[in-house]
Amino acid sequence: MSQAAALKETGYAGHGEALGFWRKYVFSIDHKTIAKQYLGISLFMALVGAYTAYAIRWQLAWPLTRIPGVGAISPDAYNSLVTMHGTIMVFFVAMPLLLGAFGNFCIPLMVGAADMAFPRLNMLSVWTFFTGGLVLLASLFVPGGAAAAGWTSYAPLSANPAYTTAVLGQDMWIVALALEFASFLMGGVNFLTTALNVRAPGMSLWRMPLLVWYEITASALFLLSVGPLIGGAVMLLLDRVLGTGFYLPAKGGDPLLWEHLFWFFGHPEVYVVALPGFGIMLEILPVFSRKPVFAYRALIYCALTATALSLIVWAHHMFVSGMDPRLATPFSVTTILISVPFAIMVFAMIATLWGGSMTFETPMLFALGGLASFLLGGVTGIFLGSAATDIYLHGTYFVVAHFHYTLFPVTFFAGFAGLYYWYPKMFGRMMNERLGKLHFWLTFFGFQAVFIPLFLVGVAGTPRRVFMPVGYPLFSALQPLQVFATVAAIVLIAAQAAFVANFFLSLKYGKQAQRNPWRANTLEWSTDSPPPHENFPAPPQVRRWPYEYSTPGARRDWMPQDEAAEAATVRAAS
Amino acid sequence: MMGWLPQDVSSFGPDVDHVFSLILYIVGAWFIAAEALILYFAVRYRRRTGRPAAYVRGDTLRQAAWVLIPGLIVVLLDFGIDIAAGRAWDEIKLDSPAATLNVRVTAERFAWIFTYPGPDGKFDAGHDYWSLGKLYVPVGQVVRLNMRSMDVIHSFAVPNMRLRQDIVPGRTIAAWFKATTPGSYEIECTELCGFDHYKMQGTLIVLSAADYAKWQQQHWPSAQARAGGEAGEVKK
Amino acid sequence: MEAAPAHQVEAALAIDDSIQAIPVGRIAIWWFLASEIMVFGGLIACFVLFRLAHGGWDAEAAHVHWQIGAFNTLVLLTSSYTMAMACTAAKADDAARLRICLLLTVLLGLTFLGVKAHEYSLEAAKGLTPWSGLFWAFYYTLTGLHSVHVLAGIVVNFFLWIAARRSSLWPMIQRRIEYAGLYWHFVDVVWIFLFPLVYLS
Repeated sequence: MSQAAALKETGYAGHGEALGFWRKYVFSIDHKTIAKQYLGISLFMALVGAYTAYAIRWQLAWPLTRIPGVGAISPDAYNSLVTMHGTIMVFFVAMPLLLGAFGNFCIPLMVGAADMAFPRLNMLSVWTFFTGGLVLLASLFVPGGAAAAGWTSYAPLSANPAYTTAVLGQDMWIVALALEFASFLMGGVNFLTTALNVRAPGMSLWRMPLLVWYEITASALFLLSVGPLIGGAVMLLLDRVLGTGFYLPAKGGDPLLWEHLFWFFGHPEVYVVALPGFGIMLEILPVFSRKPVFAYRALIYCALTATALSLIVWAHHMFVSGMDPRLATPFSVTTILISVPFAIMVFAMIATLWGGSMTFETPMLFALGGLASFLLGGVTGIFLGSAATDIYLHGTYFVVAHFHYTLFPVTFFAGFAGLYYWYPKMFGRMMNERLGKLHFWLTFFGFQAVFIPLFLVGVAGTPRRVFMPVGYPLFSALQPLQVFATVAAIVLIAAQAAFVANFFLSLKYGKQAQRNPWRANTLEWSTDSPPPHENFPAPPQVRRWPYEYSTPGARRDWMPQDEAAEAATVRAAS
Repeated sequence: MMGWLPQDVSSFGPDVDHVFSLILYIVGAWFIAAEALILYFAVRYRRRTGRPAAYVRGDTLRQAAWVLIPGLIVVLLDFGIDIAAGRAWDEIKLDSPAATLNVRVTAERFAWIFTYPGPDGKFDAGHDYWSLGKLYVPVGQVVRLNMRSMDVIHSFAVPNMRLRQDIVPGRTIAAWFKATTPGSYEIECTELCGFDHYKMQGTLIVLSAADYAKWQQQHWPSAQARAGGEAGEVKK
Repeated sequence: MEAAPAHQVEAALAIDDSIQAIPVGRIAIWWFLASEIMVFGGLIACFVLFRLAHGGWDAEAAHVHWQIGAFNTLVLLTSSYTMAMACTAAKADDAARLRICLLLTVLLGLTFLGVKAHEYSLEAAKGLTPWSGLFWAFYYTLTGLHSVHVLAGIVVNFFLWIAARRSSLWPMIQRRIEYAGLYWHFVDVVWIFLFPLVYLS
């Protein structure tokens, strides 16, 4: 009995009685609903994260004024805002959006499964995640405020409760992160098992879409890298509540231990979010160029190589940390090496465009905009990965601009690309194309306008995480750049209203979506929009790889993976 | 881009700036080339009726070479950058040139305290001078800093000196520099240390030899001090 | 139309869609154990590095109750043996023997925890608390986290023991006892590392 048949048997479609509201929408074990739950949480958290960004940028531009909608903030509150901004965006926006939402929605559909291998574990993972989010948001309202030691939470600032007012807030930060880690560990096991083992007949590993490859690679990387930090977080919590001294020099501990444990996970973490973002772009570029993706296997090997290498580069975040300076050389070498698979991935994306037949609907615009923006983030990483220039640039706005130029494209450009692309499949409606394009152009130019100035103030030496850059004589003349960046940030945040409006209005008023509005090959487009509970009425028979576009001699310029082989004149696909 | 860097008054500043500009030109070229290619392809390969897309999979070595060879060039250039940067790094962080002045730096929430030994170079011999927030050094002399934190991680940074070093509590961390031009330069803390982190600023005051001698005389006025006014070799 | 019994459906889901005829549970448990290896591996590495940097902590470490630790090692090793016997019983389709072996495993696990709790109380009474020094901080963290994992294993084994009374669930038990066994052996292996590092060096 196949998954699909089994799901029919256990009563969703079989019994003819509809599930109640709670079982269908709240305590659902359907991967598609769980994906939407992750999506909803991540988009809500993105608004909270944007709110913190707004407050931060306003304070930087017009210090010590009352921030409209926020109030006047103290330096302590500023540190909390900076901490919460980073924590929310990385752990409660990027992860749930790229892995939770797209991973959950796309993986079973793309491999031809009826659901994830462990649907109830899936539900547990999203509820654990939701609880973590609640704990983190609650920490904003407890006495002493939210954690204020940065998203990196360096000790002893974070390990000794005497050093910030956020005594309870920092503890809750640790707990929230622990819940988030547990959630994605569960999800990771689910993703890997499903993709490795629950594929439709004919779906060999070399016929899996790149998004699936990149999602499971990211999941495996998360699984393998988070362990030491879980230990480290336990030690941090014990230092705070039990009085142990793991990170406190007065008790024999070492603050650098936290840095090593944090960055051993922290660096792979950025690839955990970058890989799914790239995967989304790699699905969209071929569809809208009507061309096969370029160098499919090389792209997979690059992802695996980058994953392996990412476990041995972490101390490039610690060149000036006080660790043995001789360690800078080996970590510089490994950091240099990891730029290679990513360079090849980017080149392959560009090569996919060559000779194509492109149209520029919103998903394609966001994919291209993400690629173009990520390029600047990638190249500016070289300045930081080279220890000598890092001496000067570490801890400045250059770092801030660099990581926004990598994380924002993979989270938001790729995320929006994926949302506009899979919205018809998820919700059965088309989004409005005009609003989408408006959203793109405002976001694209708004983003550049915020962060290019920050590169410049960073090169000038302006430190990050400071309440008032204008208070430094060396940087007060750069204040107009800070003001410019803030105005651009307000425009960027306001522009997201176009997306929010489009999202909700299209649910009700969007044009009904057909099965395959983009004429794409992957399996999700062979079933209804939205798919039935068991995804496919019968398990699909997979006959080819996913990127058969504009195949010479073919009837159409696309060839779904499960379409029966055509006349003999068509070259046999892989 | 280079013009945004603040004035360089450090003996190793040019080495850092040289690596910076080397990276800038190399990655700048790649960046411009890649963006130009994306833009060009987006225009040139727009959908045109009657012109299907090329069916190119890039799965043969000959085709994949288009991405693998640029990847190889990237890694070779990166190694070149690494070698240049490695030299500068070793010079700043591994070498320990003989210092004519040793200063103890104490980082404490939220101020910098600089402790000078007497002109005999010995600390804790009754001649120590404490300076709050102001680091006076003679121009053209190697100054060695022995840094400690009393509480959390701080980071001693002087942009004009192209110098930065995190200070971790529980250990003494050393740094050195040699100033090339007299003047007043900004010292910052660049590792989040708490609510007044942004106020943890100091001033590096580089004095000409004569002015430095005068400054020394102010704080160690005895004849002994004047005799030690010319900076001699000081054991580390 | 009668729905197929849930456990039959589960069995189908577990195997029939397995493209490699490896049960999904086996793949899942191995990935889970990989992440757990990183958790304990990280903590143990920290402990070892700290210990080397701090001159061995010989004075503090002299106060560990190595006899209690040795006894507990014996208990845990025996429980791994009974667990393996339970797995063999599952393969031999012997539900009665499986239930006895599982029960023994649970009881031995509880013995381990009871002895550990007693050991903690002895140490605390002597003032050897987590905040009394770094060695003891690591001791309590390592053995405490391990004990939490032992408890989780006991709970899983207990539920399997209960379920093994219903013959309708037997196929599910036969499959899942293998995963529970892998987990239990892992917990044992972690202890095999902890015991010499914490008690004997």
